[in-house]
Amino acid sequence: MSSILTDKRTATLAGYVDDRVGASKIVKTFARKIFPDHWSFMLGEIALYTFVVLLISGTFLTFWYTPSMALTTYEGSYPPLVGQTVSEAYETTLNISFDIRGGLLMRQIHHWAALLFVAAILAHMARVFVTGAFRKPRELNWIVGCLLAILALAAGFTGYSLPDDLLSGNGLRIISGVIQAIPVVGTYMAFFIFGGEFPGEVIIPRLFILHVMLIPAALLALIGVHLGLLVLHKHMQFPAPGRTNTNVVGYPVFPVYAAKAGGFFFIVFGVVVLMAAVVTINPIWAYGPYDPSPIGAGTQPDWYILFVDGALRLMPGWLGPIPTEFTTFGYVWSLNILLPGAVVPGLMIMALFAYPWVEQWLSGDSREHHLLDRPRNKPTRTGLGVAALVFYVVMALAATNDLVATHFHISINDMTYVLRTLFFVGPPLAFWVTKRVCLGLQRRDRDLALHGRETGRIVRTADGEYFEVHEPLDVYERWNLVQQEADQLVPLPTGRASGLDKLRARMSAFFFEDRIEPVTPAELEAAHSHDDGHGRELQGDTDPHAVSASGRGSETGHGH
Amino acid sequence: MKDSPTTGHNDAGPSHGSVGTDLAAPEGADLENRFANPGLPAHRYRTTDIDPAAAKRAERQVSTIFLLSAVGTVVFLVGYFALPIDDDKSFGRLQLSTMVLGLGLGFAIFLIGIGLVHWAKTLMPDHEQIELRHDIRGTDEERRDASNIILDGVEESGIMRRTVIRNSLIGAMAILPIPAVVLFRDLGPLPGEVLRESLWEEGVRLTRDPDGTPIRAADVTFGSVFHVIPDGLSESSHPIEEKAKAAVLLIRIQPEDVVPLEGEQAVRNDWDYDGIYAYSKICTHVGCPVALYEQQTHHLLCPCHQSTFDLTQHCKVIFGPAKRPLPQLPITVDSEGYLVASAGFPEPPGPSYWERGASE
Repeated sequence: MSSILTDKRTATLAGYVDDRVGASKIVKTFARKIFPDHWSFMLGEIALYTFVVLLISGTFLTFWYTPSMALTTYEGSYPPLVGQTVSEAYETTLNISFDIRGGLLMRQIHHWAALLFVAAILAHMARVFVTGAFRKPRELNWIVGCLLAILALAAGFTGYSLPDDLLSGNGLRIISGVIQAIPVVGTYMAFFIFGGEFPGEVIIPRLFILHVMLIPAALLALIGVHLGLLVLHKHMQFPAPGRTNTNVVGYPVFPVYAAKAGGFFFIVFGVVVLMAAVVTINPIWAYGPYDPSPIGAGTQPDWYILFVDGALRLMPGWLGPIPTEFTTFGYVWSLNILLPGAVVPGLMIMALFAYPWVEQWLSGDSREHHLLDRPRNKPTRTGLGVAALVFYVVMALAATNDLVATHFHISINDMTYVLRTLFFVGPPLAFWVTKRVCLGLQRRDRDLALHGRETGRIVRTADGEYFEVHEPLDVYERWNLVQQEADQLVPLPTGRASGLDKLRARMSAFFFEDRIEPVTPAELEAAHSHDDGHGRELQGDTDPHAVSASGRGSETGHGH
Repeated sequence: MKDSPTTGHNDAGPSHGSVGTDLAAPEGADLENRFANPGLPAHRYRTTDIDPAAAKRAERQVSTIFLLSAVGTVVFLVGYFALPIDDDKSFGRLQLSTMVLGLGLGFAIFLIGIGLVHWAKTLMPDHEQIELRHDIRGTDEERRDASNIILDGVEESGIMRRTVIRNSLIGAMAILPIPAVVLFRDLGPLPGEVLRESLWEEGVRLTRDPDGTPIRAADVTFGSVFHVIPDGLSESSHPIEEKAKAAVLLIRIQPEDVVPLEGEQAVRNDWDYDGIYAYSKICTHVGCPVALYEQQTHHLLCPCHQSTFDLTQHCKVIFGPAKRPLPQLPITVDSEGYLVASAGFPEPPGPSYWERGASE
């Protein structure tokens, strides 16, 4: 193979680029960078790629869409709406759907990609959370990721409203109602945002410029920071034989990841296009233009807003005889709107931002971490993650209570009562169950590491004793089960302990007290040397797979 | 090396240097009590690595996938030109066009991806490689140098010595953002009393939504529901904003089904006309239209958040997140027998807001 520099055709170009941008140094630094492989690392990739799809499809839509609330009479190609008074935003969205070849496809690509974008971000966050990928030195990148998630919601909501159809108009109406409920400044904020009374004539153009410029620009900038920090830190990897906290094991960017990740972009893009081709999404012609009076049963926002809408549905206006909205000196406190509409989402976001520091404070662990945790090895964290997920899902489910009620023929009131109960009971229950499951899995790991696999082979000894033969794990399999560190509690400081110290010690105990100690070599030795009722191995058995593991399996197991 | 149990294993690579300040094992951890990392397992070769026929087969598969992608592109182009949507404006044609364009384009894109990944997985090297991590933090020396550079720069600028310059800069910068905030004042008008006002006042006819025809009391049969707008809505300067406040539901029920009000509220007992009641259609929660009426129970339900209002109790909230009853519009009939408002809403219609209860 001739070198790029000796081949005449490429040498000129390569030299030209290198002279001007120092391309050779860039290639040397980055082209062979190693990235580790795991399916769950692709969730963030999906988010990135759907964002690219959103940029492409969104730009296409802007060529025909007019962000105007000026009223006009629809004269387009969709007969049922001809002659109706609609806004230009609605009219041009209909035109994209009915008069531009591929326009409906492109709208559906854009909408499906948006739904997938937020879903991928949340799944990626969940992965990062339960595997502890937010730990030092990546806490700041966790913050960047949280900001990206919030921006993704903002991008979704601003875009959702742009067609000015009945469904999204009612969404805006709800938003304006929530803003009005804010004490002191709420009414003013609503009038400033909507340019006067709801709905006014400026909200669509204002949302449009946020949707096509400010928010995507902020997303792009933060994605740049997110990926820059990723390269700087190098990607985390799951613990496995040969993978340590000081190395990264995987494949080079060029050519393997260029092909795999590049190919995955086309796969994500292709799947979104196929979904858009066959599954209708947001048929605004069926909803009709926005009008403050009509509404259909079964009004749901896009899925990522469900949790706020569901919280609004769960909150009662009356707790028995006590109202949740009251008036003091003529000023209205609408707790029935504020708590679910602003306080709950606000607290959720704050908890999300703060978590890495809370856990670091409680573990007293200021080391760098480049190996991911197996979720089962951090039962409390995993439990909290699942509890948060259940909390979120209960609220999201509440936003579908009318559909659930009609589909399953249950009373909508009962459905709401059950969900109100689950709102409080569900998360602690999920936490407890998850933690127990994690501890159980850890015990099983421990058992497997100590005693090996049950073979189902029952052997009778010369003394007439029966036992089941256990096949020990080889060193590589065993490593995955024994590699973790035992969690450390932060103890009370000796001498006088402040209230904060006590809180820290108590919370640290809550986090790390229930734990399964990882197997030590000594324990393994002990387990092999005497029969402790778990069955045993046959030493020198004819079974070719039975590795004779005598304590330090790591040395003997080599070259297996 | 103290920070990892992989000491000196070939496959894991020599781990020289310490990453971070304290990647070390946890305090008090006894390395004797930890297993050693066994290192990378032996590499397993794929059939495409050892069997040239298999490699050839994979090569053919990849190129076939790419060719199928090209077929997708052709399908898209054929669909674009052969299925116009302007001469046949049926919904079926639009669906067909969307599907052919989408399936063509979708497979064209998807198969490029599948081909690339298949190529990478079968034919590109899959030997795992090892790269060492490096310290994120600078060395102590670098930290010292950096800190000196900053301190020198601060010293050279004189910002700490020349306090008048520093303080005047801070002062000027502190008020500089104010114009940026003030500039947004004209985003919208002040609320004023506009949320209290609606088009309803004495003598305004109740008309059907959306055509604006007046309603005779005699047309309102028991159990029927009318969606009502005030007469003259379409001629008003801001019809949509006015409608968002003035939309009304008109329902007739048997007068004996309604629990009479007592005390201060007793004046409302004659706000209906012969069992015909008019209530604001805008939910007192966050403003969705309360559009669902259950004839049997006389409940009004808001489809957005399921606030439920009981018509027999003057639209008191009996379920859901709303707190206040729907405002009632007092009605009567005019000389021609058409329903008219006998006054405006007694309170602001629609969702709550901070100043709502304040005296006018």
